[in-house]
Amino acid sequence: MADKIFIKGNEAVARGALAAGCKCFFGYPITPQNDIPEFMSKAIVDAGGEFVQAESEVAAANMLLGAGATGVRSMTSSSSPGISLKQEAISYMAGSGIPAVVVNMNRGGPGLGDIGPAQGDYYQSTRGGGHGDYRLLVYAPATGQEAYDLTIKAFDMAFKYRNPVMILGDAILGQMKEPIVPWQPELPGDEEGAEWRLQGTGGREKRLIKSLFLEEGALAGQNQYLQAKYEKMQGEIEYEAFETDDADLIVCAYGSIGRIAKSAVRKLRKAGHKVGLFRPITLYPFPAAPLLEMAKAGKRFLTVEHNLGQMVDDVRLSIRTVADSDFFAIYPGNLPTPDEFEEPILKSLEGK
Amino acid sequence: MTDMNEKLVFERPESVVDRATHYCPGCHHGVAHRLVGELLDEMNLREKALLIGSIGCSVFLYNYLDVDAVEAPHGRAPAVATGAKRARNDCFVFTYQGDGDLASIGMAEIMHAANRGERIAVVFVNNTVYGMTGGQMAPTTLVGQKTTTCPGGRCRDKEGMPIKMTEIISQLGGVAFAARGSLDSVKNIRTAKKYLRKAFECQTNNLGFGFVELLSACPTNWKMTPVKANERIGEEMIPYFPLGVYKDVTEEGGAC
Ligand SMILES: Cc1ncc(C[n+]2csc(CCOP(=O)(O)OP(=O)(O)O)c2C)c(N)n1
Ligand code: SF4
Repeated sequence: MADKIFIKGNEAVARGALAAGCKCFFGYPITPQNDIPEFMSKAIVDAGGEFVQAESEVAAANMLLGAGATGVRSMTSSSSPGISLKQEAISYMAGSGIPAVVVNMNRGGPGLGDIGPAQGDYYQSTRGGGHGDYRLLVYAPATGQEAYDLTIKAFDMAFKYRNPVMILGDAILGQMKEPIVPWQPELPGDEEGAEWRLQGTGGREKRLIKSLFLEEGALAGQNQYLQAKYEKMQGEIEYEAFETDDADLIVCAYGSIGRIAKSAVRKLRKAGHKVGLFRPITLYPFPAAPLLEMAKAGKRFLTVEHNLGQMVDDVRLSIRTVADSDFFAIYPGNLPTPDEFEEPILKSLEGK
Repeated sequence: MTDMNEKLVFERPESVVDRATHYCPGCHHGVAHRLVGELLDEMNLREKALLIGSIGCSVFLYNYLDVDAVEAPHGRAPAVATGAKRARNDCFVFTYQGDGDLASIGMAEIMHAANRGERIAVVFVNNTVYGMTGGQMAPTTLVGQKTTTCPGGRCRDKEGMPIKMTEIISQLGGVAFAARGSLDSVKNIRTAKKYLRKAFECQTNNLGFGFVELLSACPTNWKMTPVKANERIGEEMIPYFPLGVYKDVTEEGGAC
């Protein structure tokens, strides 16, 4: 099983889902994520599961809601405009405790934008995206291997928290081919979700999965329960800290941009500059505590994003009591090289 | 002394919970619920049934039926049902939707679920109005009918003609059974139940999509007494929405 395979990030996500025991996939075409439904249309059926090309992203997300409510591991994937359409169902799933995995291969926006890489959906992904007070656990893989690994984890987390979990990638991750080592996790047995899933009463008390709470105080109670759940998710934070120990400047970047920033940091290190990289892997919950520790140790910060400044808000919120962060924007749709990061990094390092 | 042995002729179906409903007097949702409950009992489906609730006055149906249930966003019940049925093929999956839900916001979902031949049953309650939100115009509102958003009466030139869903659905490939019944008289209620049974059988016999439209009264938003509202179904609705079976693959002699 430890053989390397050479595949696109999109396929890594799909294969990760299959390894995680995903049994239902609901999709709709949109670039740059088409490889996922295309791959699934055969692979998941071969594995004894179900594939539906829905009539719209709205329908795909609601199919996910239906399958998730029966306690079957299920997934949908899309890209930015399609993810906007899925938000209604995502809010309902969060509101009624339905586990599911939603993949967003972020493209450039707003509107139709373009099909190139971008990170403009950070706010939408980490602030709920749909209506009401809710959060998703959001993973931002930077490599094909991470895409595979985190997709597997996403299913476990979705069921652990009875909540939708998002994999947030972009066109770079989705379209780039690289070697990964697939592995087979131990799968949960048929008892997963047995205490809440719907499959006909079979003689037990009936069950109801809903997000409507009209009785006096009931919605407040539900929101309290959800908030407590999001608090617990704080225990799931993941990040990569690269050369941060003795760094004077920490570059904060995630996903594909985090990976490119790492190359820039590595190069600048070789040239003797004391820079490091902080790459959040969970975007929600945001790894605020380790970042604050770095701020307390007196480091400076530069956030680099493939958007006009979104994650920088979370960086600033994390370190606000002791420090601030500079910001460098890479405009959506362009594919940056590590060299483009050097000048802003050096400027920040010098406090300019 | 005459023999006073009483014979019980009418009981609450086991699938229907023993509690008062929230419906207005003369509303037909309760009748439709009862028919569904009777069939779940008679067809032995209760323990494997999965109800996909929808948005509208019937949103609390899950409190009245003794079955597993999930709530769908407005109009999306056929997509939610698709996911549930694909995930658990052994369940009996059905949706229960109003006309605003099914023929307006959920038009795409119903058409495509029907066309794919999803093995689900759809109970479609057509009362020509948006009940829950206070009587606005629905896609099924009759020409000339006054609602809060067509106060001068629905105008064919501005608002179009009322949509005939059963006629449309029956044209789609995956549909095994499509019929329109009415809940305004005992005779029509009996026929409506037969239609529902057929639609349910399409799923249990793996034939395809089952669809039943039920013409129903909304006395509150029609601003009529229950009796007058009931009469309106026969006088105004049935002439525009003719009752009957529009598609039945078992009679046509084969699956779709
Ligand atoms: C996305 C969305 N839009 C609008 C509403 C508001 N809404 C609630 S019920 C309803 C109308 C339902 O009418 P119908 O389906 O005819 O059912 P009835 O109440 O007549 O039984 C609407 C528009 C909603 N809940 N969600
Ligand atoms: S408003 Fe109309 S549809 Fe709703 S409960 Fe009352 S009568 Fe029934």
